Amino acid sequence: MERLPRWADVVLVPLVSLLLAALIAALVILAIGQDPWEAITVMVKGSVMDSYGWGYTLYYATSFMFTGLAVTVAFHASLFNIGGEGQAQLGGLGVALACLFIPWPHWTLALLGAATGAALFGAAWAAIPAYLQAKRGSHIVITTIMFNYIAAAVLIFLLVDVLRPDGQMDPATARFPEAAQLPTLNQIPGFNLIFTSNVPANVTLLIALGMAVVVWLLLWRTRLGYAIRAFGKSEAAAKYAGISPFAIIMIAMLISGGLAGMMAINNVMGEAERLLQNSASGAGFIGIAVALMGRNHPVGVVLAALLFGFLFQGGAELGLWTKIPIEMRTVVQGLVILFTGALDVMVRMLLTWGFNLFRGGRVAKGAA
Amino acid sequence: MATGGSDARYAIELKGISKAFGPVQANKDIHIAVPKGTIHGIIGENGAGKSTLMSILYGFYRADSGEIYINGKLTPIPDSQSAIRAGIGMVFQHFKLVQNFTVLENVVLGAEEGALLAGSLSKARKVLTDLSREYELDVDPDAVIEDLSVGHQQRVEILKALYRQADILILDEPTGVLTPAEADHLFRILKGLRDQGKTVILITHKLREIMETTDNTSVMRRGTMVGTVKTADSSPEELAELMVGRKVLLEVEKNPPLLGKTVLKVEDLRVKDEHGVERLKGVSFEIRAGEILGIAGVAGNGQSELLEALGGIAPATGRITLNGADLPLAGKGADARARRGAGIAHVPEDRQALGLIMDFTAWENVAFGYHHAPEYQKNAVFMDNDALRADTERKMARFDVRPPIPTLAAKSFSGGNQQKIVVAREIERNPDLLLIGQPTRGVDIGAIEFIHKQIVALRDQGKAILLVSVELDEIRSLSDRIAVMFDGNIMGFRDPETADERDLGLLMAGIASDSKGEAA
Repeated sequence: MERLPRWADVVLVPLVSLLLAALIAALVILAIGQDPWEAITVMVKGSVMDSYGWGYTLYYATSFMFTGLAVTVAFHASLFNIGGEGQAQLGGLGVALACLFIPWPHWTLALLGAATGAALFGAAWAAIPAYLQAKRGSHIVITTIMFNYIAAAVLIFLLVDVLRPDGQMDPATARFPEAAQLPTLNQIPGFNLIFTSNVPANVTLLIALGMAVVVWLLLWRTRLGYAIRAFGKSEAAAKYAGISPFAIIMIAMLISGGLAGMMAINNVMGEAERLLQNSASGAGFIGIAVALMGRNHPVGVVLAALLFGFLFQGGAELGLWTKIPIEMRTVVQGLVILFTGALDVMVRMLLTWGFNLFRGGRVAKGAA
Repeated sequence: MATGGSDARYAIELKGISKAFGPVQANKDIHIAVPKGTIHGIIGENGAGKSTLMSILYGFYRADSGEIYINGKLTPIPDSQSAIRAGIGMVFQHFKLVQNFTVLENVVLGAEEGALLAGSLSKARKVLTDLSREYELDVDPDAVIEDLSVGHQQRVEILKALYRQADILILDEPTGVLTPAEADHLFRILKGLRDQGKTVILITHKLREIMETTDNTSVMRRGTMVGTVKTADSSPEELAELMVGRKVLLEVEKNPPLLGKTVLKVEDLRVKDEHGVERLKGVSFEIRAGEILGIAGVAGNGQSELLEALGGIAPATGRITLNGADLPLAGKGADARARRGAGIAHVPEDRQALGLIMDFTAWENVAFGYHHAPEYQKNAVFMDNDALRADTERKMARFDVRPPIPTLAAKSFSGGNQQKIVVAREIERNPDLLLIGQPTRGVDIGAIEFIHKQIVALRDQGKAILLVSVELDEIRSLSDRIAVMFDGNIMGFRDPETADERDLGLLMAGIASDSKGEAA
């Protein structure tokens, strides 16, 4: 079987997958007696047609970039880190501790401190499953899933019994001090020309894009990245080359957990400005879909994160402006994940078949 | 070129078979006629199109054009079921047997009649007994496959084909895993089958086997059939020239060794596998500067573990001394990186599983194992990929790697060129000791000649070389001293000039002969 040309593999496969997902979503909307055209209009209008919509789309996308990059780094070491959710929640704890207990003179320093805290806590949460995998062979998929639940329980305990200020009813920390609040895009000179009203997207977006570049450099320009990719392709060959499996599993998972944790500077520090229960709100899992769709390449991850940001914001608008329930957003996401992730192979097979048919037709005509 | 009419004298006649995979023309207008009741050899370099042709005959691929005649009748073969119906049986290089089934169960598998097994099994038992008597194919029908030797497993594959009433038997590189004695036995079986009127097609790259067993030989080169000859009227030199398209040196040219000081000293080296079973049971030997020590033996007798222990891949016990200094055998200082640092280069037996990352480009593979080398670093953080690519270009030119494109993925190169990349990477490090396993496995004749020359050149520079190969001819022509391994032990040392085939064969089978070999 002939392989697809590269452009078709990179552009056409995800595009066709998306179209199929959209098609099925439209059928579902029809089935519940609503108008799919109205739905898509509302989604597009509410998420990318004005600066307000973009503000939310980019805010969500920022979180997904971090978790998508986290999955990507682990994936290149052939480790499937499903624990982004828990690592992001722990990252939130790191942010909260850094913001609440250190008197920062300026938000830039606070950002630096909070990012470090977030990365450290996220990495620490990934370290235990990594160690269990590297030393004991406990499968990272199982352990990271379990650690998501443990993270949720730990945070509930901390938020209810330890960090909650006296007299406050909801399980959350106190609001962060003024000096630890990040500027949103409408407060940044330059960006404020586009974003005129108050939006949740904040300076963290730039950090996420920066991390995408860093991840790319790490994987394809450094010795460590070389070793990670080699190990991910073949553990036996890595041993032959003198690459320590233990070291690579640990380092790749620490970086992955750190990236997932850094998501918290977007939602906890940049938006909520205090640590709430279930702060990651599913972004850790969406990161898996983002990495899958982005082909585990930072550029792909950034683009896929934007798409999922659009779905998130557009889905919320559906709930606001149409009779379509907001749960439809979950259905659409599910379909996108199904088609770009799980059925990706099927789409590729169909396209390959189509391409071969086209080529075969041309050859036959040429021969005749 | 054989182009007869569709004649019933021929068991198989292929006319104008062509098959392309994208831009690669794997088979180009192939014509071949195999007379009934003969052993027909098909020989050619890797990538010459032998396997593609046989896959078309067995229904794995469909030819783009051309016709297949079986016994003079036009027979389309769209799948392997049709091939079996047409009386074609195939024995693959890698056996397709269920390891924990008995011989009988494996033979019946896929050819059961009815819902209950008992009938088929008793019928098969009778057929098997007849076949064993007729063809020297004695295998215990109730033995479990995993308890059988490789040679016996291969006989089960042949029995499977015969049980399905195959009149035409295709064997793909059947001797790669056999001892010389087992190979001889196989050839006796094949001759017996021929004498009973069966037709045998033998695919191989070993000229000796072609000369010893076949009636006719077809030679393939780059997808075309360059000729069919009567084997008895031909010579190995002629066949080699047909295969490669130029004169080939079959013998390795080398001067007597100039031995220097002892480079490697191994004492009581032991290796256990992951199940705790001892695979290397205390071997001791020395290699001196300017010497090639060849390890002969049937695959799986501890040679791989020896290479892995020396190369820093498997932990071991015992003692290894390199240039007088002890090497640690376990822990951090014993990994492959430390061994490379100490001056040991390693061309592994399995280049696709160990020596290369198949998805990596050629230039990434040139850094494999040496990604810490100072010349490949830009600074403390980044690698110097430009320097690496330039170095890859130089290595490709010196080792004649084709195509010389550093950005091509390793999997896109032919086996011979993949091996040249690995050999270039390891030899150019100028090591004190070179470990080299199966240097020419799956490598075509032209590249074999080249790689052998490189090994001898390194030895003449005064380096020590440990050569492991299952090809006895290769061991004999390259080595300055031969050690034979069996079941994790060294059975004895021999001088390649004086050792005779029978003696080596016995040692390989674990039978120590009375003539004492000189100890290391």
